[in-house]
Amino acid sequence: MATVTFREAARKKMLWTALLAGLGFLALFAIGLHFQIADFSRTTPPFVRYQILSGMLMIGLYTVDLLAVVMTILTSADTIAGEISSGTIHAIAIKPMPRWQILIGKWLGFAAMLAVYVAIMFGGTVAVVYEIAGLTPQHPIDGAMLVYWECLIVLSISFMFGTWFSTLTNGVIVLGLQGLAFMGGWLEQMSGFAEGSRLAMVGIVASILMPTEAVWRRAAYDMESPLAGALQQFAIFSDVSIPSPAMIAYASVYLVIVLSIALYHFANRDL
Amino acid sequence: MKSEPGQAAIETRGLRKLYGDKVAVRNLSLTVPRGEIFGFLGPNGAGKSTSIRMLLGLAQPSSGEAMVLGRPSGDVATRRRIGFLPENFRFYEWLTASELLHLHGRLAGVASGELRKRVPEYVEMVGLTPHRDKRLENFSKGMMQRIGLAQALIHEPELIFLDEPTSGLDPMGRRLVRDIIRAQRERGATVFLNSHLLSEIEITCDQVVFIREGEVVTSRDLRTVSEEEVRVEVRARGLPPNVVEQLAPWTTAPVIDEERLAFTARSREALPEVVRCLIAGGAEIYEFTPRRMSLEELFISVMGRDGGM
Repeated sequence: MATVTFREAARKKMLWTALLAGLGFLALFAIGLHFQIADFSRTTPPFVRYQILSGMLMIGLYTVDLLAVVMTILTSADTIAGEISSGTIHAIAIKPMPRWQILIGKWLGFAAMLAVYVAIMFGGTVAVVYEIAGLTPQHPIDGAMLVYWECLIVLSISFMFGTWFSTLTNGVIVLGLQGLAFMGGWLEQMSGFAEGSRLAMVGIVASILMPTEAVWRRAAYDMESPLAGALQQFAIFSDVSIPSPAMIAYASVYLVIVLSIALYHFANRDL
Repeated sequence: MKSEPGQAAIETRGLRKLYGDKVAVRNLSLTVPRGEIFGFLGPNGAGKSTSIRMLLGLAQPSSGEAMVLGRPSGDVATRRRIGFLPENFRFYEWLTASELLHLHGRLAGVASGELRKRVPEYVEMVGLTPHRDKRLENFSKGMMQRIGLAQALIHEPELIFLDEPTSGLDPMGRRLVRDIIRAQRERGATVFLNSHLLSEIEITCDQVVFIREGEVVTSRDLRTVSEEEVRVEVRARGLPPNVVEQLAPWTTAPVIDEERLAFTARSREALPEVVRCLIAGGAEIYEFTPRRMSLEELFISVMGRDGGM
């Protein structure tokens, strides 16, 4: 089933379109960065240059993160829901394999495709910044892995709701949850500047419901240079409120639980 | 082919399916013998598709039990021995016809090497050889039905469920499907056929059951000459005025219109008696035509003109 998913993406031109759009982004990013450096005046202090270029790097990586998450939702929302509603699943579900294998096969296919996508986009962004600005993120592998992990969480949620709802409803729910996480993440971030802890609580609750943005903020923290981190107030992705390793562990448990619910519900529902 | 003599291909007892308060299948009890083409008839909404989905393990019964090829329905290992053509077969439109058969064959556990030999044969069998490398997105409804039938058979199953296999097919396609179904029976397979086309069922099936609201209303063995009531049409001169009373012991529902007389004989055995009685009464018989009740007439008499709805 995993290879079928891969072939489907290739045949439907989904894979190529996504990669083409990704390459477009990388080109635009490279041009932007090039002009950014060209516009530096001789009097721009080195630490400000460094600060700006670090910011550009993080903006690039954050865009890759957003693109990867949206790509995950768009490509996966229909895979289970659509096949159930069209009846396509009937001819597969009567084959001599447990139903959970069908779902896990598709999940693995998507997971492999997303790995390729994240590797190209993330690696491309890092390469562009290194080539043009001579700058590299701290712990890029850890960062890439966390971004990929975030995609797998979104993928599992999309699969889970896909066993209950139609394609459109599923897409709306997952995108809505991602929006919630996005908002929650920024609220938590802003709480670092506030005195009270109530704002942080709202952010934490949002992260518990949907921990994806927390995973990104951990990735951003891991990748940001110590110098940029020290200049917190000026940095765009300064991590005032850094998700703890416990939050990342929670996100992992969350993924396993969501995927298990998807497998259980798909195996036991009427088709 | 693996077979367990004496064991039915399908056996259900009190199969029931509820969706909330709605009863989809009330109480389905039936036995499908092995090696037969078995027709499953009923009006729209009678619970036919739900019953098939329960037999295939796609839907869980609310109560009752179903044994398929000697194992509880939905048993994973048994599925290797089952083929299924869903109603309005649809599949990944980005696959070619050959790829579709290869994929289904692989999923059903047939070795790749064997499939390389078998796929062209099955494409040929359903008359799609010129289209074998075309993607399904370019297929008509009839072509989809044909390739759908091939995917249901590619792993040479012992039991084949066909849900409306002739839908969307032209007369040539219907004949092809009929021949394929018969060939499957020759091979020893059991075919469970759900179709609206009663004339198709009549010439293809060995046995039929009629279901209404998820219950078997009646069944008929189409191989044996019916001993049941026979409708007869007679054209004769000089019918005696009291012919209806004279024939009353053997007939019902008489209709007389000058030289024409129609009635239902209580049994085939009564027919010679009726002829003797008419001749003894002075009638000159020009035509005496007993007609077996067609499946369509039987369907209407069982379900009512409104189709039981």
